[in-house]
Amino acid sequence: MAIDPAGAWGLKGAALSISNYRKPFLGTQPEFLHTPYASSIKRAPQKPLVAIPQTLSEVTGPLFDRDAQHAAECNLTRSATGGEAQGQRIAVSGRVLDENGRPVPHTLVEVWQANAAGRYLHRYDQHDAPLDPNFTGDGYTMTDELGRYRFVTIRPGCYPWGNHYNAWRPAHIHFSLFGPAMATRLVTQMYFPGDPMLPFDPIFNCTTDEKARNRLISQFDWETTIPGSTIGHKFDFILRGADATPMEDAHHQD
Amino acid sequence: MSLQATTWQTVGPFFRIGLERLFDADIAGVGVEGERVAVAGRVLDGDGLPIRDAVLEIWQANAAGKYAHPADTQDKPLEAGFKGFGRIPTQDDGTFRFTTIKPGTVPGPNGTTQAPHLVVGLLMRGLLRGLVTRAYFPDERLNSSDPILGLIEPSRRATLIMTPSSEHANLLHWEIRMQGEAETVFLEF
Ligand SMILES: [Fe+3]
Repeated sequence: MAIDPAGAWGLKGAALSISNYRKPFLGTQPEFLHTPYASSIKRAPQKPLVAIPQTLSEVTGPLFDRDAQHAAECNLTRSATGGEAQGQRIAVSGRVLDENGRPVPHTLVEVWQANAAGRYLHRYDQHDAPLDPNFTGDGYTMTDELGRYRFVTIRPGCYPWGNHYNAWRPAHIHFSLFGPAMATRLVTQMYFPGDPMLPFDPIFNCTTDEKARNRLISQFDWETTIPGSTIGHKFDFILRGADATPMEDAHHQD
Repeated sequence: MSLQATTWQTVGPFFRIGLERLFDADIAGVGVEGERVAVAGRVLDGDGLPIRDAVLEIWQANAAGKYAHPADTQDKPLEAGFKGFGRIPTQDDGTFRFTTIKPGTVPGPNGTTQAPHLVVGLLMRGLLRGLVTRAYFPDERLNSSDPILGLIEPSRRATLIMTPSSEHANLLHWEIRMQGEAETVFLEF
């Protein structure tokens, strides 16, 4: 059986063709085993991953109903009862693009984070810091037709964890994105500029490419900043992009 | 223009806060065509201990072998209620359970046909990026000619094939082992 893992492939006699999503640039994604991150030691696969060609199963993926998912404004600072979360209010905004620079419209962006004291509303979180009755730390939004997203929250605190002696996670916000396919799935963390914990954090430092790592740090942004109320941060997400145009679309240029 | 895809980071132990809203253990949807199955299993670490903070994301075609996605241009029926996606966290004892329908066949590379399978994304504390594997059905004639199973060392293929239950018809078992002799085959593409 001949497999053509390199290029786009078509189904003979049927109008089905797919194009492949690009492989990551060397060093820009973490390896599974990163011994300074203790939890990876018993959980990272030890055998090499098996490379497969991308099929219809990998180039499709869940698309979420934009009406059902749409949050007019994703605001984590207000509780269901109208109370106000403690902490420095921030707005985070940016775009979701693919590697070809094209916007990824109407895609789901899920977020979760610790409160201003560095405590998660989660039964596994043993950190002896106060919970905030007005902050659950979860939210979601959809990108618009230009791939833009925006939400308002509070700046999360650093928190201690048991990875090594006196270990502290830098302040971060967790993100989950789908994009158009299983191949474009992304789960990541956004950090804050100037955080003194960054050089010591094994999770932030798990990626060998320094530039790729530093792209996880958001930037202070005047345009997102709301005078008198909310500090703005800019953060773009780049999802894997299609490498080649589909075979049936070979003459299309853009 | 060529940008580089954003670096993955671990989902961490507290993903429930953000991901729980889409927890759903019924993959197919209500009233959808097809043979109903339940899948139950565990996720185990390198010491064989249950992993309580993992989450599975299942993606599959419907009984006719069509994905609910515009890139699937096959001329096959797609019911309005079919989702084909679900997200299931493991429990404190490392177990998971979901229900779905057995998907139909979907095309593979170069005119081949893929055996019925579930695409399974796996996230957990300790995984710096997500893993993807597949779950195939037992006693499925097409498994022997499946173009993806064919790329896997024969001795490891069984890790991707669910096993029938002796207790219940339509109950399948499937264990995900992160490491060791019977480490599950994980895929990259
Ligand atoms: Fe965290």
